[in-house]
Amino acid sequence: MDALWADLGPDLWPAFWLTIQLTVYSAIGAMFFGTILTAMRVSPVSVLRGMATFYINTVRNTPLTLIIIFCSFGLYQNLGLTMADRGSPTFLADNNFRLAIIGFIAYTSAFVAESLRSGINTVHFGQAEAARSLGLNFGQIFSRIIFPQAIRAAIVPLGNTLIALTKNTTIASAIGVAEASLLMKSTIENHANMLFIVFGIFALGFIVLTLPTGLALGRLSTRMAVKK
Amino acid sequence: MSVRATVLYDAPGPKGRRLNLTITVISALVALAVVAWILWTMQANGQLEADKWTPFLNPQTWETYLLPGLFGTLRAAFFSIILALVLGVLLGLGRLSEFAPLRWVCAVIVEFFRAIPVLLLMIFAYQLFAVYNMVPPRQLAFSAVVFGLTMYNGSVIAEILRSGINSLPKGQTEAARALGMSHQQTMRKILLPQAVAAMLPALIAQMVIALKDSALGYQIGYVEVVRSGIQSASVNQNFLASLTVVAIVMILINWGLTSLAQRIERQLRAGRARKNIVAKVPHQPEQGLDTKDNVNVDWQAPGYTEIKNPGQ
Repeated sequence: MDALWADLGPDLWPAFWLTIQLTVYSAIGAMFFGTILTAMRVSPVSVLRGMATFYINTVRNTPLTLIIIFCSFGLYQNLGLTMADRGSPTFLADNNFRLAIIGFIAYTSAFVAESLRSGINTVHFGQAEAARSLGLNFGQIFSRIIFPQAIRAAIVPLGNTLIALTKNTTIASAIGVAEASLLMKSTIENHANMLFIVFGIFALGFIVLTLPTGLALGRLSTRMAVKK
Repeated sequence: MSVRATVLYDAPGPKGRRLNLTITVISALVALAVVAWILWTMQANGQLEADKWTPFLNPQTWETYLLPGLFGTLRAAFFSIILALVLGVLLGLGRLSEFAPLRWVCAVIVEFFRAIPVLLLMIFAYQLFAVYNMVPPRQLAFSAVVFGLTMYNGSVIAEILRSGINSLPKGQTEAARALGMSHQQTMRKILLPQAVAAMLPALIAQMVIALKDSALGYQIGYVEVVRSGIQSASVNQNFLASLTVVAIVMILINWGLTSLAQRIERQLRAGRARKNIVAKVPHQPEQGLDTKDNVNVDWQAPGYTEIKNPGQ
């Protein structure tokens, strides 16, 4: 047990900190691109709609492992995309970390777009018609009437997407990002006799990350729910 | 196709149509520019050369690498979906049981396996099976993948079924109990069949997730489609091309399943009691949002005939 803790203890927080960083950066980026995708997906311009639909269907049906590996092998090795300074001593780690974030953003923004779209779909048609008959223009209808209601309905699906993203960040270990699952893999191989304890520690880490998020967002969505 | 009114915008007038046309032209040009830039970057890095792509015309590439990998993916997905369905039904019914301790145990199992990443489960299962010699060494990675996918997807399916059963009208249970059925009989004969039917789209969507997640086996050395793609790429030195081909194969399979789910959902919706008048309005799935037509009028499936008199 002591030997395990001596091995694991100092690395545990940095690994989970990397998991948190991956989650937060990817969540911000995915929210940004997901919003753009939603705007395209629900626009009256059929070309934009078609492009957004194509992107969402493509990405949602691709395994995330493949996307992450593509970011490393395809974008970096074959197309020469570098995200960090080549001269720096931590080049490889930084580069893989940022490439993984690109992959997570590309993947998660499709799910964010679907969540936001389902939120808009819950707004009753009469709301928009009433606003239009009052003479509000598009900007006013969207910002005062539709968006406030849509975002409330989207809290739960967005929260689920965030939790899924937190768990998905483990896949970054496929290209060698030193986050929690990579540490667990090496620890469990070196301390195979204590595999239940090692698994328990890492499972607990993820439960601490995901369960409060789910509970808090669930409570928020109940409080913010649009009364109908 | 004409643009229909949605909650965000009304059907456009002449001015709106002109604006839409302008945006169409601009966005098409931007899209073309992006495609051209991607192709140019690939060309500049030598990724468009014929020898990167010709290996996929060679049957040997498929026979040696891609097809065994695809088979591995489908095998893992198939077994884990079957097992997950069994586990999901057991856990789902357990959470609705009349026996409180069983409810708690099932709730803890479901919440635990939904909260932790599937990859951790697979790594754990791999070591567990290896240390205690639980499976033949050749099947180690396969068993770990199936274990991870089964536990996760089984828990999710349990939740899908539970919410499906909970969303059924209370009268169903009450009527069954009034007829003297036991809790078990009510579940098995009345509630579960309806919940499965209503939740069929969600269940199929979960199968797509299981199929996609089987690619996680890449990280514990299971030979699935991504790993076989990488192996063929190391031989031919064409990572980008190889991963693209693998992606296309996976997208086609998953897209087929997703379309099936959507089709079933539409048919289920068409079979439900209609609250609106039924009219021949064009169904517009590509509009992105519910159109005004869809909201106010029930869509009629092509070839649908209303049978007013069952003797007809």
